[in-house]
Amino acid sequence: MVGKFAGVLILASVIYSLISGNISDVSSAVLNEPVNAVELAVYLCGGMCFWSGLMRVAEKSGITEVIAGLLKKPLKALFVDIDTEGRAFRCICMNVSANLLGLGNAATPLGLEAMKALSEESEGELPSDNMVIFTVLNTASLTLIPTTAASLRLKYGAERPFDIMPAVIFTTAASLTVSLIAAKAGCAIGRHRKKHERKRGKCLG
Amino acid sequence: MSGKEENALGDYIVPVLTAAVFICGLVKKTDIFGEFTSGAMEGLQTTADIVPPLILLVTAVGMFRASGLPDFLSELMSPLLSAVGFPAECLPLAIIRPVSGSGAAAVFESILRENHPDSFAGRVASVISGSTETTFYTVAVYYGSLKIKNSRHTLAASLSGDITGFLVSAIAVRLFMY
Repeated sequence: MVGKFAGVLILASVIYSLISGNISDVSSAVLNEPVNAVELAVYLCGGMCFWSGLMRVAEKSGITEVIAGLLKKPLKALFVDIDTEGRAFRCICMNVSANLLGLGNAATPLGLEAMKALSEESEGELPSDNMVIFTVLNTASLTLIPTTAASLRLKYGAERPFDIMPAVIFTTAASLTVSLIAAKAGCAIGRHRKKHERKRGKCLG
Repeated sequence: MSGKEENALGDYIVPVLTAAVFICGLVKKTDIFGEFTSGAMEGLQTTADIVPPLILLVTAVGMFRASGLPDFLSELMSPLLSAVGFPAECLPLAIIRPVSGSGAAAVFESILRENHPDSFAGRVASVISGSTETTFYTVAVYYGSLKIKNSRHTLAASLSGDITGFLVSAIAVRLFMY
């Protein structure tokens, strides 16, 4: 996917620059941009290490569990008939709290564990409603502190790298609401259809 | 907006959170140094992992930008984008964001380089980067781990959220910063 994307970009830029006559700019981009990429990685490295370290301390100090406890009620409302004592729900709470703290490395294994537990609770080949809702939740950015965006803003001279936070939280809330409503609506339609089919099946039988 | 004497909310959150984590660590008698350094090591590994794809993507995006094609496309799309108040400079970011995290980082960086981070486009790009995820990747990993091929309406729901995020990001920047 990524390779194709890069290929399309490169092909399009070479063809367009041949037409527009920008080929010398493109040529210098080929020489300079790899250096920029390494520079970018070096720049991000410090912040990435600091936050990973800090959040690891948070995780080991039990902060993740405290947040997971706080999340129990709102998350229970989100899912359909979920067993709050079960393994799946515990993993879901931990996954969401790791996401909130920006612990991507910890969130993914917990999320996969939750998916496995959810699939064991469900029947049939298709993913259950709860699996859909949970995956949609993970495709939304739940991170409270946009550290990577802030460190890049700082690099390019933003006066206050974190001043985007209210806007980030507002935007996250809006996109999360829409995607969850869409997920829920899709589940409701699916249930309705199933019921309909069963009824029809009875009539025919 | 400017002037160092007034502090924004964001200025408090990071130092307070950092202190809170360390205090919790002290109270709970966590091995702060050991945990911090092993977490930081993980960060180092993550950075090392993203370097190779970043080189490919930053170069591809750089070539694309140098060719002048983005300007041409933005001009083509600008009536539609200005109708919804979305900055044309951020269109490439909105396209790549759901597909690739390192690709989005490359595009985001080029937007910040071309426009000041505190410009409208720079801020919208920052909000998009901070508030959206690599949707396709997440869906692929979550269902792929269980070998499920049919993800039902997962992608449709996630992408509707992403599109909402792109449109709202411009509104939010206007609302909170201008």
